[in-house]
Amino acid sequence: MKRSNQYLFMGLIGLAVAIAATQPALADAKNAVGFPVHAPRPWEWWFQPAGSPIQKSIDWLMQFVLWIMAGVVGLVGVLLVTVMVRFRASKNPVASTTTHNTLIEVIWTVVPALLLIVIFVPSLNLIYEQSNYKHAYMTVKVTGHQWYWEYDYPTAKGVDFTSYPVPDNQIKPGQIARLSVDHPLVVPANEKIVFKITSADVLHSFFIPSLGVQRYAIPGQYWRQWTQIDAPGVYYGECNQICGMNHDNMPIEIVALPMKEFQAWLAEAKADAAQGNVPPVHKYEVLAMKAAAQKAASAGNTGIALASAAPAETAR
Amino acid sequence: MSATALHDAHGEHAHHQPGFFRRWVMSTNHKDIGTLYITWAVIAAIEGGVLSMIMRAQLAHPNNTLVTSGQAWNAIVTAHGLLMIFFFVMPALIGGFGNWMVPMMIGAPDMAFPRLNNMSFWFLFMAFIFVNLGLLVGAGSGVGWTLYPPLSDITYQPGVATDFTLFSLHLAGISSLLGAINFIATILNMRAPGMTMHKMPLFVWSMLVTAFLLLLAIPVLAGAITMLIMDRNFGTSFFEPAGGGDPVLFQHLFWFFGHPEVYIMILPAFGVISHVVSTFSKKPIFGYLGMVYAMVAIGFVGFVVWAHHMFVSGISVDSKVYFEAATLVIAVPTGVKVFSWIATMWGGSIELKTPMIWAIGFIFMFVMGGATGVVLANAGLDTELHNTYFVIAHFHYVLSMGSVFAIFAGFYYWIGKMYGQPYPEAAAKLHFWMFFIGVNLTFFPQHFLGLAGMPRRYPDYPVAFAGWNYVSSVGAMISGLSTLVFFYILFKIFTGRQTLAANYWGEGATTLEWTVPSPAPHHTFEDVPVIR
Repeated sequence: MKRSNQYLFMGLIGLAVAIAATQPALADAKNAVGFPVHAPRPWEWWFQPAGSPIQKSIDWLMQFVLWIMAGVVGLVGVLLVTVMVRFRASKNPVASTTTHNTLIEVIWTVVPALLLIVIFVPSLNLIYEQSNYKHAYMTVKVTGHQWYWEYDYPTAKGVDFTSYPVPDNQIKPGQIARLSVDHPLVVPANEKIVFKITSADVLHSFFIPSLGVQRYAIPGQYWRQWTQIDAPGVYYGECNQICGMNHDNMPIEIVALPMKEFQAWLAEAKADAAQGNVPPVHKYEVLAMKAAAQKAASAGNTGIALASAAPAETAR
Repeated sequence: MSATALHDAHGEHAHHQPGFFRRWVMSTNHKDIGTLYITWAVIAAIEGGVLSMIMRAQLAHPNNTLVTSGQAWNAIVTAHGLLMIFFFVMPALIGGFGNWMVPMMIGAPDMAFPRLNNMSFWFLFMAFIFVNLGLLVGAGSGVGWTLYPPLSDITYQPGVATDFTLFSLHLAGISSLLGAINFIATILNMRAPGMTMHKMPLFVWSMLVTAFLLLLAIPVLAGAITMLIMDRNFGTSFFEPAGGGDPVLFQHLFWFFGHPEVYIMILPAFGVISHVVSTFSKKPIFGYLGMVYAMVAIGFVGFVVWAHHMFVSGISVDSKVYFEAATLVIAVPTGVKVFSWIATMWGGSIELKTPMIWAIGFIFMFVMGGATGVVLANAGLDTELHNTYFVIAHFHYVLSMGSVFAIFAGFYYWIGKMYGQPYPEAAAKLHFWMFFIGVNLTFFPQHFLGLAGMPRRYPDYPVAFAGWNYVSSVGAMISGLSTLVFFYILFKIFTGRQTLAANYWGEGATTLEWTVPSPAPHHTFEDVPVIR
């Protein structure tokens, strides 16, 4: 029993260190037309690959803090194993009577306090970076509804559309079940975008992990969150605050385009809005679906199976 | 009122044998009430555990069809949280061990207000009925244990179930408040001669700090849910934006209660662990005063950190900085406690009996949960981790492995004193290992799910999350099966026919409960103990 105690504890310490050691090294996933897809990957044990400067900072700080804490957990683990081995009754039948040691008590109060300062100082940079809304290229008003998102482009008159999840039985090749939507939010890459987030009914949370974006959607209030997407691609997120029976099915899909193509899309969207139509799904989406369908047909797979497996296949 | 006079008054009834109804329903004896609390905690834990098994079964595979209604899922999530917090962990540690051990440890004949003590249990019993109505009536109360409006408003939860849940919290709150008053009065006034505050056992200190936290936190919760009930039923708009109310105000009020609540659940656990570690190391606790004031400090700072639960809600950037800094500070007294436990073991003569194994497991798992707590305290990182499975993993490491490990440590440590029969050692160790492997397998992979971005309170998820969810569900089934071993242990204890010594742990167990026979008699002390 004693021996197995030790092995188990050591194994756990190993595991704790292992998470900290994991690097976001896996190659970025790409969809069928080579458009990078930022979605969760099977057996992932770290963040999704960072798609914005903020998420890169989050990733860095996470590793920094986790390594320090892994050291603390490791130290406690080693100490526990040591006392169990060295001071078990069979080896040390007479217990000491020491109950005080001022020096060591001061040390284990002061050293953790210093470690916390080491963590606190760089974390300040991240907090203030996250709340720097200056020099934004554009603002998108994001409204949470039970159970869909609404995206409004205040600078483009009339461009205000809803974004519903694609039902599981209508998922096309190139789409991901429970993440793909009918009309994704389209933004330019490499520009600072500010989301003004609110809700029309209950609380929701606008959460895109690969961009380091999360803020509650609160009725009657606007809260801002910004991002700057590094490269064109598709970025997925989900509602992250309990909002009723379909809380698990109000995904977020963001398509980031090169500036020129974004402007073309916006012009098209404005024209459509003037006619009372919903904005176009961008051609990258359509191309991706077509390419995936061809691939599926040649591989003899069903479209749905490929669609759900697509990110898995390309992840590693 | 002197302790001696009370003791004598009870002595007159030394051979009084109340019937079942008088003994268990009209009980004024701290031990019987403690037993009622522990029994009810076991029942609530079984119900909460069954709900978690249902949830893990649903989440074992994507597109599962065990729970198809999102509202039913949310009602299960809500009931699981409330049952485990208010009806399992708190009653087991505070009402159960607290009632049983605090009077004995301070040499008092009973709690200060025995009838209040009885009332406090039956309030909890009624609260338990109502929380179940909240789960079962109509579409259930699908609001999460945090009850955030507007989802908990009448528009979005039209059924009466949510009113039952809110009323249940009122009753549980009154129960805790009465209990807290009772503990404070008992501990401050009824200590045996010679037991100064600085000679009090650490479990008693932990209960004193916990009672003050309850006394200050519960009324805030009561205020918040009263306003919510008013909003739902009487047309007020405290939290309703359309009427000038503010949903974020509820979050502030809730977490002003909710954060001290997490220390209410862990401080008594700290107390239990201190006794177990000291007993099985055969050494007095290392750095007693540091241990005491670490708990006081945790209790104090615990009141000024609440908005770290709201980093992505309605909160300004400078508030984020303050609440992050204040939260990090708590790690210092917590570290003092952990290192003092290890120092207590250092140089000891350690016997790895079952309670000690649970205690060592507690220390390591609690440090893991504490480590992820320091991660989450960073407002910047919380942007990415808030409401993901990383948070679920974090708080189950400090609760499901922290508080629950301490409950089992206390159970195996004191069951002989409470019932007079030993537990079967081999089966108890099997119970530990099954539970230990089960909960780690359940909750460790949830860190990965959270990092990859899986949100909480989802009955279904994108297929990419399937792998770790399956592992987690397998772990949950293992810890669920360990409960069967625990039932076997209970059976062996209750059918035992042995006699136990007053101090069956030997030289390491030095507190007053070990000076009276096992099981502890109805009236604890023949003579008032004097502490030198």
